[in-house]
Amino acid sequence: MTGTRNTVHAWLLVLPACVLLAAFTHIPIITTFIHSFYSTPKPRRPSRFVGFDNYEAMLADPIFWKSLWNNLLYAGVSVPVSIALALAMALFVNSKLRGQGALRLAYFTPTVLPMIAVANIWLFFYNPQYGLIDQLLKPFGVVGVNWLGSQGTALWCLIVVGIWKEAGFFMIFYLAALQQISTELRECAAIEGASRWTFFWRVSFPLLMPTTLFVMINAVINAFRLVDHIFVMTGGGPDNATSVLLYQIYVVGFKFFDQAYAATLTIVLLLILGIIAIGQFLLADKRVHYQ
Amino acid sequence: MSMVDNKGLASEVVETIAAWMLGLLWILPLLFAIWTAIHPSAYVAKFDLLAPITAQNFITAWESAPFARYFLNTMLLVTGILLAQFVLCTLAAFAFARFEFKGRDTLFMLVLVQLMVAPDVLLLENYITIRRLGLVDTLPAIALPYLASAFGIFLLRQTFKAIPKDFEEAARIEGCSTLGVLWRVYVPLGKPIYLAYGLVLVSFHWNNFLWPLIITNSVTTRPLTVGLAIFASVDQGIDWSIICAATLMTSGPLLIAFLLFQRQFVQSFMQTGIK
Repeated sequence: MTGTRNTVHAWLLVLPACVLLAAFTHIPIITTFIHSFYSTPKPRRPSRFVGFDNYEAMLADPIFWKSLWNNLLYAGVSVPVSIALALAMALFVNSKLRGQGALRLAYFTPTVLPMIAVANIWLFFYNPQYGLIDQLLKPFGVVGVNWLGSQGTALWCLIVVGIWKEAGFFMIFYLAALQQISTELRECAAIEGASRWTFFWRVSFPLLMPTTLFVMINAVINAFRLVDHIFVMTGGGPDNATSVLLYQIYVVGFKFFDQAYAATLTIVLLLILGIIAIGQFLLADKRVHYQ
Repeated sequence: MSMVDNKGLASEVVETIAAWMLGLLWILPLLFAIWTAIHPSAYVAKFDLLAPITAQNFITAWESAPFARYFLNTMLLVTGILLAQFVLCTLAAFAFARFEFKGRDTLFMLVLVQLMVAPDVLLLENYITIRRLGLVDTLPAIALPYLASAFGIFLLRQTFKAIPKDFEEAARIEGCSTLGVLWRVYVPLGKPIYLAYGLVLVSFHWNNFLWPLIITNSVTTRPLTVGLAIFASVDQGIDWSIICAATLMTSGPLLIAFLLFQRQFVQSFMQTGIK
């Protein structure tokens, strides 16, 4: 009797949240999948089943490949660099340096700023005439480089912005983990005569592995989903040099109004996120060894 | 012995210098923006300690776009999402933490899918849904996909699970109903987590851009981020002082809140991250 009542109560409690989650996450995933096999509905031509046509069109689309490659490059560079910097920051702030409070503030502040604001500030930096970067490079004879307007540099400019924005955020997780490494361990190591460098590589770094995994997963997800700065800084240009998957989905869906093709591109993004999820699941089993 | 000390001292000096260089590099962009915003535009990228300080850029920015309305929109939006998430995630987390029911674990796994696939990724399908509901270009439309959050449910479930069951039983003996127990026992004990979760949530939604950009197209619904992006791209051309002023203005409340409650902010992000 109480069992059934409990079940009813439980379902009533989870229902509102689950309905909303289903409506805006699970059902859209399914409809995206379905739409990717249909043509885009037009006023005089209703949507019809086209099999793998959209996928074939995608594989033949150089802009898709460009966006995918850009995205992988963006993730491949920004993730390891921001993790390394985050770890360095955490170690700095965790040691008894002078003014560590101010340092922590400096590192963390970009995290609180909206990406749009960050992009505006950096847009100004990269400006070929007034920009700070140009001013700094002037003594070295580098003048008037159009950082965001050149194919070779634009994506790198965005990567730098991404790293600047995110490293302080990831620092927090390392800091939290470092504070849990007991001082006893540190004292033992000091008595044994281990240098701080040895202590870091032999003790801290392995103990931080679960944190590194957690941070890495979040960093990779963000690399695929945070595109705000592209809107402000480059608009995907020049010539798609800074277009990434989600940005391309936006362009196809909301500029070209090609619903079917946008759905097909979304499936690729979902696949990538799925692979990350599976990777996390498999790797997470290993974290027990360290805890 | 003294040689070891010297070596230690030297490495400490190197470390301090490196730490400060990095810190300087990290804060420099913001300082630069502040410098630009509080000086007349003649001093853009021309550093002069004697340059006159002015508030004119802020006034001009404030007057040349409906920022007051954007502020109001963002505040309504963030408040709405905060309240809805607190209620919905608390209820769901309570059920997942303290009830035995068929399909619970499968359902929870399904909830966690949203950790990976945020609503921003599914923007096209969500746009279609909102259009069907006839809500395009309204504040509820911006909030709807974010009202339930896997992150919130996960976080609160962990919190509730850590609370000893004895507390609940004591309350039950005193005649508390299910919701009474939740309200009198679990919610008060979870207070620090609610604070942390709230801070993370507010800073996330204050800064959110892509979905609001798609779903809004008028002044009465646009949040600050979208308003700022439009202001900087269309209205202003290249007056950097004014753009910097507008940028600082829109991030101002969050930045000031962060400076005042720095410790809580950092602590909050830590707590929500470890779980």
